[in-house]
Amino acid sequence: MQLDVHRYPRDTCVVLAVLGDLDLAGAPRLRQAVVSETATGIRHLVLDLTAVDFIDSTGLGVVVGALRRLRAHDAELSLVCPEPRIRRVFEICDLDRVFTLHATLDDAVPAGGSQ
Amino acid sequence: MSSASRPVGSVEIAVPPTPEYLQVVRAIVGATAALDDRLQPGRVADVRLVVSEAVTNAIRAQATAGVAAAIDVRCDLVGDRIIVEVADHGPGFDPSAVPDLPEVETPERLRHESGLGVSLMHQLADSAQFESGPGGTIVKLTFVVGDA
Repeated sequence: MQLDVHRYPRDTCVVLAVLGDLDLAGAPRLRQAVVSETATGIRHLVLDLTAVDFIDSTGLGVVVGALRRLRAHDAELSLVCPEPRIRRVFEICDLDRVFTLHATLDDAVPAGGSQ
Repeated sequence: MSSASRPVGSVEIAVPPTPEYLQVVRAIVGATAALDDRLQPGRVADVRLVVSEAVTNAIRAQATAGVAAAIDVRCDLVGDRIIVEVADHGPGFDPSAVPDLPEVETPERLRHESGLGVSLMHQLADSAQFESGPGGTIVKLTFVVGDA
């Protein structure tokens, strides 16, 4: 499945909901979306990976790169990642020690706040 | 498929070295591996992931060298093993020279957006072997599915 990225605001955040396969074919689209958000001076970006069907090391690299870019702009990145098959890839690579993998969007961005 | 079913056979595909074919490779190799009902669903996902990593590396290697030849992918169901081979025509690499990534919790780690593929192959396959030379690289990934 080709990658699609849906953008919408939520409270003081912007959510990028990612759908499809996050691999070498799909990674450039998400990377560009993150770069675009960073350029707007965003303070808190949420990547919602709920509808990601597949992720490999290239996809993980985009997520790591997103964190690096946002931190360089003193911004925050949150991940929503409820699917065990996707969480497992983060865990195998020890990236669950870098990211908090929230089960729901409400966990990542409680209503009325950006934390 | 009955629990007594033990398919034996091979599937071979040759795919253009472009990212759009990754999902095709995953679908075909994953479906072939799943024919052996001893392979748990989670392990089928592992097969899909490692073949994706191997073909991704092959695509990148051939792009570096400007080689348009097809990448050969083979999945063998044989006895108690599923063997996946990916052969490219890139410039080759030294498998022993793949650098370790910085510790995951260090700031330096965030500078590395790639480099996890070979590590994933070693972690998820029961065996990951790399034969590489100037004419290309063959990656052989073995999954043990039965009582060896």
